[in-house]
Amino acid sequence: MKILYFAWLRERLNMSEEEVSPPPEVTTVRDLVQWLRSRSEAADLAMQKPELVRAAVDARIVDHSAPLAGARIVALFPPMTGG
Amino acid sequence: MSIRLQEASFDPGGETNAFIAEGGSAGAAVTFTGLVRSAPDDPIKTLTLECYEDLAQSQIAQMVAEAIVRFELLKVSVIHRHGTLQPGEPIVQVMTLAPHREAAFKGAEFLMDYLKTDAPFWKKEATPAGQRWVEATAEDDSARARWSDRDGDQ
Repeated sequence: MKILYFAWLRERLNMSEEEVSPPPEVTTVRDLVQWLRSRSEAADLAMQKPELVRAAVDARIVDHSAPLAGARIVALFPPMTGG
Repeated sequence: MSIRLQEASFDPGGETNAFIAEGGSAGAAVTFTGLVRSAPDDPIKTLTLECYEDLAQSQIAQMVAEAIVRFELLKVSVIHRHGTLQPGEPIVQVMTLAPHREAAFKGAEFLMDYLKTDAPFWKKEATPAGQRWVEATAEDDSARARWSDRDGDQ
């Protein structure tokens, strides 16, 4: 699965995307954020406020309870500031 | 509906005229243009917008479709830029066409409120003191939330 990062998440992690293979117990966006945090100190710090991490699965905005089954691209980003 | 995401600048007046020219005898056209702000007490050098284009395209298409149904709009155009912009440059232009002004105004306002909170863009300001990400505000959230009330008239 590919993870995309945007804005200050991208900067704090120093990458715009990465390819990951989470273990089978990672079934939701919430699990994925926890798992990513457990893998690196930078990710742990960057995502320490999960309410500031928004997600899209295969280019659809979802909440943290959304399932990851079949997901190819998961995007993680801060609250949007468009317009 | 027309949705354009682009780095290039655009001519707000020219866009408005083209939109109206295609509007036939609809009755009411509203144009909103958002510009890069730089105030004397809070000057900025540049504004950079980062965009997740695949998601922006689908999110904006969804909000435009909702606005068309909800306000019975005849036509909608959204232009949204990304990349690095100078103060005074246009960032976004929303245009709505409807039989009467109320629907055209409300449709444009609805779309701007949704773009602020639901379109995947992130703004970063370069100031004399350094760079900073623009934070999402509670005002933007409440501006969007008022449309959850079915009438949408606050």
